Amino acid sequence: MNKHVSPKLNRRAFVIGTAAAGAGLTLGLDIPFGGPTVVRAADGSPEINAWVVIRPDDTVVIRIARSEMGQGTLTGLAQLVAEELECDWSKVTTEFPTPGQSVARKRAWGDFSTGGSRGIRTSNEYVRKGGAAARIMLVQAAANEWKVPASECIAANSVITHTPSGKTTTYGKVAEAAAKVEPPANVKLKDPKDWKIAGKGLKRLDTVDKTTGKMIYGIDVKLPGMLNAAIKACPVFGGKLKSYDEAKVMGMKGVKKVVKVDDSTVAVVADTWWHAKTALETLPVVWDEGDNAKVSSESIAKWLAEGLDNAQPAFVGNQNGDAKAAIAGAAKKVEAVYNYPYQNHATMEPLNATAVWTADKCEVWCGTQNGEAAFAATLEASGLSADKCDVHKQMLGGGFGRRGQTDYVRQAVLIAKQMPGTPVKLLWSREEDMQHGMYHPITQCKLTGAFDADNNLTALHVRLSGQSILFTLRPAALENGKDPVAFQGLNASGEAAIGYSVPNLLVEHSMRNPHVPPGFWRGVNVNHNAIYLECFMDELAQSVGQDPLAFRRKLMSKHPKHLAVLNAVAEKIGWGTPAPQGVYRGIAQHMGYGSYVAGAAEISVTDGNKIKVHRIVAATDPGYVVNPAQIERQIAGSFVYGLSGLFYGGCTVKNGAIEQTNFDTYNSMRIAEMPKVESIVMPSGGFWGGVGEPTICVAGLAVLNAYFAATGKRIRSVPLRDQNISFA
Amino acid sequence: MANLTINGKSITVDVEDDTPLLWVIRENVGLTGTKYGCGIAQCGACTVHIDGVAMRSCGVAVSEAAGKQITTIEGLAGNGALHKVQQAWVTNDVPQCGYCQSGMIMAVAALLKEKPKPTDQDIDEAITNICRCGTFQQVREAIHAAANA
Repeated sequence: MNKHVSPKLNRRAFVIGTAAAGAGLTLGLDIPFGGPTVVRAADGSPEINAWVVIRPDDTVVIRIARSEMGQGTLTGLAQLVAEELECDWSKVTTEFPTPGQSVARKRAWGDFSTGGSRGIRTSNEYVRKGGAAARIMLVQAAANEWKVPASECIAANSVITHTPSGKTTTYGKVAEAAAKVEPPANVKLKDPKDWKIAGKGLKRLDTVDKTTGKMIYGIDVKLPGMLNAAIKACPVFGGKLKSYDEAKVMGMKGVKKVVKVDDSTVAVVADTWWHAKTALETLPVVWDEGDNAKVSSESIAKWLAEGLDNAQPAFVGNQNGDAKAAIAGAAKKVEAVYNYPYQNHATMEPLNATAVWTADKCEVWCGTQNGEAAFAATLEASGLSADKCDVHKQMLGGGFGRRGQTDYVRQAVLIAKQMPGTPVKLLWSREEDMQHGMYHPITQCKLTGAFDADNNLTALHVRLSGQSILFTLRPAALENGKDPVAFQGLNASGEAAIGYSVPNLLVEHSMRNPHVPPGFWRGVNVNHNAIYLECFMDELAQSVGQDPLAFRRKLMSKHPKHLAVLNAVAEKIGWGTPAPQGVYRGIAQHMGYGSYVAGAAEISVTDGNKIKVHRIVAATDPGYVVNPAQIERQIAGSFVYGLSGLFYGGCTVKNGAIEQTNFDTYNSMRIAEMPKVESIVMPSGGFWGGVGEPTICVAGLAVLNAYFAATGKRIRSVPLRDQNISFA
Repeated sequence: MANLTINGKSITVDVEDDTPLLWVIRENVGLTGTKYGCGIAQCGACTVHIDGVAMRSCGVAVSEAAGKQITTIEGLAGNGALHKVQQAWVTNDVPQCGYCQSGMIMAVAALLKEKPKPTDQDIDEAITNICRCGTFQQVREAIHAAANA
């Protein structure tokens, strides 16, 4: 049975795997990076090795540097390595190398980052080369033993056969010798058309432990003598910790210590987390909330609305022709203002990290979307050098972008540092998670379209106003102050290009950064940009009495891949044919993370405000497909996340703090609200697009456009909760 | 102090009476398959069976569970074989991140005991657990598969 190696054994498994005598061998590979993104080591060398371990019993251990948070990347990457390795898939298991090991080996596993739907698309080439090189070395080892040319040997299903004589051996038997074979300088990868393991809808490798309670997530880590910490940061972002009265809680059962974590955060350490949390709730704390306590959702909305004024400065993201002049001279003009709120990630597993610190060593166990970032946070917080630190990645109970940040790792180390030698598990309460997120950024958008006398669209002006993620999280990535990511899906070209040709186009962003910290929330800026553009396209079509699909198609002749997915969903939903009685349809398309996506929905509406989503048809063209079954699951799952945000999400600000505190005020879709999702996975080849995020927006778009078809009412504000609209 | 019967074993734990059963199971007994998600009985990640009934253990004081039969995800499989719900979950490749699935499986196992052949409407009414990954389509398929197993 395929079984994911328990992550807590990583270090031990690694040591065993690299020990020479008999227990199995690491096949050391030196393979240059080749994928779309060149990832360089600290010393600048773009090198990688060590993807494959073969045990004497023929078990194939495939190293996975990227994180598994439910999206299936662990299985997909293993499929790619196994495809080139020509191994027996039933003998495959996986393990996570640690970032500390990677750094010690000149960053042997390259980038650990698992965000931006990049897990497979930016590492597929070098992991496949890792598998291919290992296969070549195993075959060479067998040929050497038989004293025959390697060209007379073939490998399949972990068995090497000398074709002329019919002699066979297995990977496990030649692994030791193979590890001493000179790695090949060049390896040729298979044409994806010839794939037998990759490209197939194989079952995930990590399922059994996830059904028996045995899977270890960060929250489940146990270490001898471990204590538990509960934490509270100033509810107002930017506020400070003024004072606290630890005497009031030190006598409480199980309490060991009250810790000032940093200048805005306090923690209680106790024998159990329940004791720590109970004491923390009792602890008298005085905050210096600062000026941010004056900020509210209303004040933020007013500030963003000012940015919609064309007289205010703005960064230009995409421009052709002269949209402002064309709009000024237009026969007909249409204008609308939309907005999209803050959203919390609310991963099912609340944030946590376990750390143990001594003057000589600091180790962390946590779920993270970026092992190397967690490692860097550990170095910084511990004050120790890279050779004295490591991070042991655990399975993630959801990520969605939140676990790409390392605030919780830093906190755990800072707490452990105050209790040298004692392992401490820091766990955030759900309330802390809701109030200290890295929120989907807040934006507004004014869209203006212009028509000539023949109802041809002559100009489109998209004016965004609102928050930049990069401004706060990656200021070095700004381009002369401009956030290029703010224009996702509205760009002239690239991995998030607009799918329409308009003679005069202007897309610009008036950047306004409230004090609420923004973050990468599954789909990121695609979520709101797609709503703005695609709902407004419907408005434009309606204003000239044209069918929304036909209107779009006229503008898409130069965008065949965008058009192909749109046509696919139109056909499958039955666009142009009568819908069932009382059922209305909406349609939309978008592009993000290198993939083309489209959606069409069938909904009914009762009492004007209760929506039943009957069907959603979705299409995606991600270029290549590694596991179509997992892609279908990502499509349907992304709709739950996206529709939850659309209907129930939205974090509001009062007195500088987030008002929502748990799932009772920040709801999430249940199974009863789940529409039937029909997926069309239509890879056209020649490029590698992402999977986890691109589709997230299209369900909401299709529903919003169908809602207009059903009611004649256009929704321009998210979440629907605030407009008294709910699931039926 | 509380005397508990968890997965058929008697266990005495030294905890305050009002400690939520969830934390006793996770921290004092050491069974971590039962998950914390919200602490206010909203999400269902902590679902266990108490005398055969699915309960959200974060909202049950340990004193209320004393003397009753408590089953956690670790105790669902009997005689080394997966429970039919677990088997259906494996066959249908249901979990994504998997964090909520212990609670989901426990809720479904209780539903099938009460309604061996649930309709979609029965499922909608009984299964109210949150899954942020959104694997509901597979959950529904697997419930029907388990019912027909």
